[in-house]
Amino acid sequence: MIRFEPRSNPGPFLTYGVPVIAAGIAILLAAIPLALANAPIIKAYGLMISGAFGSVFSISEMLTRATPLILTGLAAAIAFRAKLWNIGAEGQLYMGAMAAVAVGAGVIDGPSWVMIPVVMIAGALAGALMLIGPTLMKTRLGVDEVVTTLLLNFIVLLFVQMMLEGALKDPMSMGWPQSEPIIDSAVFPPLLERMRVHLGLVIALMCAIALAIFVKRTVWGFEIRAVGENAAAAKFSGISVTKTMILVAALSGGLAGLAGVSEVAGTRGYLATDLSPGYGYAGIVVAMLARLSPIGVIASALFVASVFVGADSMSRAIGVSSYLADLIVAMALLCVLIGGFLTRFKVHFERKSAG
Amino acid sequence: MSSAAHTSPKTSQDLLLSLAGITKKFGPLIANDAIDLTVHRGEIVALLGENGAGKTTLMNILFGHYIADEGTVSVANQNGELELLEPGAPQAALDAGIGMVHQHFTLAENLTGLDNIILGTEPIFRLRRDRTKARAKLNDLMARSGLSVDLDQPVHKLTVGEKQRVEILKALYRDARLLVLDEPTAVLTPQEAESMFATLRKLAASGLSVIIIAHKLAEVLAVSHRIAVLRGGKKVGEMTTSDADHRSIAELMVGHEVPVSRRTARAPGNPVISLIDVTIDRGDSRRSLHGVNITAHEGEILGIAGVSGNGQAALAQLIAGLDKPDFGTVEIFGKKITKFDAHQFAQNGIARIPEDRHHDGMVGSMTVAENIAIEDVRSPEYQKLGFLDFDAIRKRAEHAITDYDVRCPGPDAPARLLSGGNIQKLILARVLEKSPKLILANQPSRGLDVGAQSEVHRRLLEARQAGAAVILISEDLDELLTISDQIAVIHAGHITSSMATETIDRSELGLMMAGQKKHAHADTTKNAGETA
Amino acid sequence: MEIIDILLAASFWEAAIRIATPLIFGVLGALVCERAGVLNLGIEGIFTAGAMAGWMAVWLGAGLWGGLLVAALAGGFFGLIHAILTVPLGLSQHVSGIGVTLLATSLSYFTYRTALPDVSSPPRITPFQPLDIPVLSDLPFIGQALFSQTAMTILAFVLVFVTGWVLYRTPLGLAIRAVGDNPSAVEAQGLSVYALRIGAVVVGSAMMALGGAFLTMSAFDAFFFGMINGRGWVCIALTVFASWRPGKALIGALLFGAFDAFQVRLQTEVGAFLPSQVFLMMPYILSIIALIVVARKADYPKALLVPWFKGQR
Repeated sequence: MIRFEPRSNPGPFLTYGVPVIAAGIAILLAAIPLALANAPIIKAYGLMISGAFGSVFSISEMLTRATPLILTGLAAAIAFRAKLWNIGAEGQLYMGAMAAVAVGAGVIDGPSWVMIPVVMIAGALAGALMLIGPTLMKTRLGVDEVVTTLLLNFIVLLFVQMMLEGALKDPMSMGWPQSEPIIDSAVFPPLLERMRVHLGLVIALMCAIALAIFVKRTVWGFEIRAVGENAAAAKFSGISVTKTMILVAALSGGLAGLAGVSEVAGTRGYLATDLSPGYGYAGIVVAMLARLSPIGVIASALFVASVFVGADSMSRAIGVSSYLADLIVAMALLCVLIGGFLTRFKVHFERKSAG
Repeated sequence: MSSAAHTSPKTSQDLLLSLAGITKKFGPLIANDAIDLTVHRGEIVALLGENGAGKTTLMNILFGHYIADEGTVSVANQNGELELLEPGAPQAALDAGIGMVHQHFTLAENLTGLDNIILGTEPIFRLRRDRTKARAKLNDLMARSGLSVDLDQPVHKLTVGEKQRVEILKALYRDARLLVLDEPTAVLTPQEAESMFATLRKLAASGLSVIIIAHKLAEVLAVSHRIAVLRGGKKVGEMTTSDADHRSIAELMVGHEVPVSRRTARAPGNPVISLIDVTIDRGDSRRSLHGVNITAHEGEILGIAGVSGNGQAALAQLIAGLDKPDFGTVEIFGKKITKFDAHQFAQNGIARIPEDRHHDGMVGSMTVAENIAIEDVRSPEYQKLGFLDFDAIRKRAEHAITDYDVRCPGPDAPARLLSGGNIQKLILARVLEKSPKLILANQPSRGLDVGAQSEVHRRLLEARQAGAAVILISEDLDELLTISDQIAVIHAGHITSSMATETIDRSELGLMMAGQKKHAHADTTKNAGETA
Repeated sequence: MEIIDILLAASFWEAAIRIATPLIFGVLGALVCERAGVLNLGIEGIFTAGAMAGWMAVWLGAGLWGGLLVAALAGGFFGLIHAILTVPLGLSQHVSGIGVTLLATSLSYFTYRTALPDVSSPPRITPFQPLDIPVLSDLPFIGQALFSQTAMTILAFVLVFVTGWVLYRTPLGLAIRAVGDNPSAVEAQGLSVYALRIGAVVVGSAMMALGGAFLTMSAFDAFFFGMINGRGWVCIALTVFASWRPGKALIGALLFGAFDAFQVRLQTEVGAFLPSQVFLMMPYILSIIALIVVARKADYPKALLVPWFKGQR
């Protein structure tokens, strides 16, 4: 018989090692689908590594991909910390992107130091509002936020489609459903010559550091931690659970909205319905791999981004479906969940008969 | 003590259960240390011990919830020969005729009593259930044992006493030969407890063996044949009840002389909190109050006696600032409260000790220091511009740990590592250090060992001495009668006028807790004028 | 008065029942899991896996009923993963469910792409055909609305009855309802909490997968990426709306199907005035409204989301 006994205090090896091992196992498990696809396994791994790290260009691509993942990862991390199950980062991302286009595609004009903050604030606000709604429905009416945020993803995407065929449509797009481009002064400048990695990465890193400090060192972070770990005790001690949840919703939705801004203003230049290949959902994996630590999110976003970029490049080279990347990411999530269990519990195998 | 005079049947053929050398460790803690225990047919054995003495662990091993590290459990088969019981298999225990009534009932509240009883008694893959035969057997059982209950009600509609009857019927329906009751009287009025004991005596006379787990002496002296005492995981004594004497058992249980907290005379001061015609209607009686009038004064402990689930939760929520009255007013120092807000209440000198200290009293993954400061992190002492002053927080924790003797690895250890008693000390440190004017103590000593209990009492009396008003909600009559100045009784959301403790008769209190007597001693009631 | 005409047409109800069918499977599956105390957010991925696996089995020559069996087994497999993570290991049901959705979806897509690397238009199978039952299919109105559906729709209706019977009339159902309310009560009666919960999640997931299979094997005849399109999440909302009762689940799914069929017809009437996306949003908005309507009185199984460990009291 197997018995689980809680560990009083997991050591640093378990805390930091488990996510790394989980990620590694997920990568190794990818050999199974590769083999089933009749692909040369060693070569495939080599191609994935060189695809993500092989050149300055590939590293730049990887960092470009990591930028929105850091932001959606932070969005999931802060929400899950408070046990606010925000599965709607995808929708919040699109709302943020749309808000950025709404104010940044020529309606107003100004120098970069005005326009960049303006599109960021607009996007963050839009994302925040997208989550505050379901959060209020949860705290006031008792409506489960998991389902509402999930369904809102679909509603938002349809709404974006509608706007791209209507008010936000680019008259020059020759029928493609896409928005007018962001004006030059609102575009996130690239960090390297002729490379795609852009200011968004710096913003994402700053958000991660700021969030880490916020959670650890401030009164509000204290209250978020208390509400997330034991809402009943937090409430009893006088912390307003509702207010804390709304603050968390604003932060989480805002960060996801920023991811949309960064994609529009940094990577794409305009809004289209294929702006995000599921960054919102991948953010959940990023957050879980980071064990909800904001700084950890940076590392796990880099991992997930390199899986995506590496698998894309391998897929182009040897024709294995790039859905392999999604598969690895999903497996990494399940592995880190199991790993998380092993950090919290010791597993004992008991003899069936005593004596 | 009447039944103790029964001589218990004690031939070896009558042996039903034998626990031999049971040892169980949880990490470094030895919960059971080589315990032997036997039970004979038709015998009622009381297993006495403090919280944490190892009683529940021992019974969980007997019932197959845990597996012992060493030792064996044997149960007599139909021929009276002892057979080893398969460890770790509740089904084997059930098949051997062992029935257990846990302190926290194991009933599915969405099902009826009948469904709960037949759950698991028929083969699970079957096209339909046969309830007619079950009903007939149960009607017969109820008639013979005197345990009557409406079996077609969903369990969530039953009273605590009725739920307990369903639990006992569950065991009897499975033809239990041994019934284990874990703290069966904790949730009953003295009268209900007496009637349950009468049932047990009747069942024992017809051959059922019973183990009663208890930490209160008086009750088991009245009903058991034999007493076994556990302390610190070891069996420290065993005797027939007729030979037992009250004081020596108490000392056996505790291991030293029991410290007794005593009130010193103190004249009450001005009213601190008054509830005037307060009504909170939340549909069910557990969470409702009806026209409640009570007042607590400076330097006074006002005990609220009652069986749990009679509105104590509503009263506690109200005084903790977590709920507001639908009708009526609450006055604190003569000022009508308009804003019911837990944060405000805590900041305004109301100390709140929650009923469920694990659930409401601490955030397990946060540190001891953070848990001590949790009510005050917004005050300027502990933050500047929203940034926490960890030095101040730690300093306070260090003081609290010394002053209140909180046993923990240090202020930065996660609070979940603390034992129940130390969590309670942590909560006391949190709320009492601010010299509160009003203390809400909801079941403050429940589940604590005697040492921790007397520590809680000492602190409450100290605060009373310093002039605080204390509202003590408790199910423990001994506790109430020891430290309260005044006692009021809560039943079905109604609270009687309070009576001076010295004038109270225990059995009368029991009747009032059962709702059978509304008023007592109107003449001796100090607050009669206010509550009339 | 056109609205009345729409609602009275048998063809309208035929469409409504067709739209409702996968949801009936999905809600029943979710309900079985949740009645045992486990929220299964793997549903969206399990739908995808059922749709892909069932379709592919038929495409490889397994026959339609063989395809359904394969779909159910695929669903059961992903259900087992979710069950192991959430029942004995007691991990977050939310996160595990999302993980299973991601895994099942990506594995389905990867398998489909690997098997069919170069096709531009998805290959087709011969799906379940509309039934032609003597007498029944010729009945006025209901003959067209219900008895001219495919065998899978009839299966869904039968499954409603079977699920209801098992839950409320058999010892197994009693145990499942008990384990979703208080697992300790089940253990104290000598039953295995783990076995009951794992079993319920596996069977419930298999039922969900049939909902997905309906889409590729009855409603359509091919597999597309993104074809589930939130249907699984809608089922989770409808389960709350149905207060975890099979009969109400059927009514909820039918109401939803009727509304969806109605908006499609409305679109052809007034589509000129409103963008098509407004109509496409309706099902999702309706699901959220349904949740809001029942939220206050929703009587969630008490042990839902709460992990339980052996030896715990």
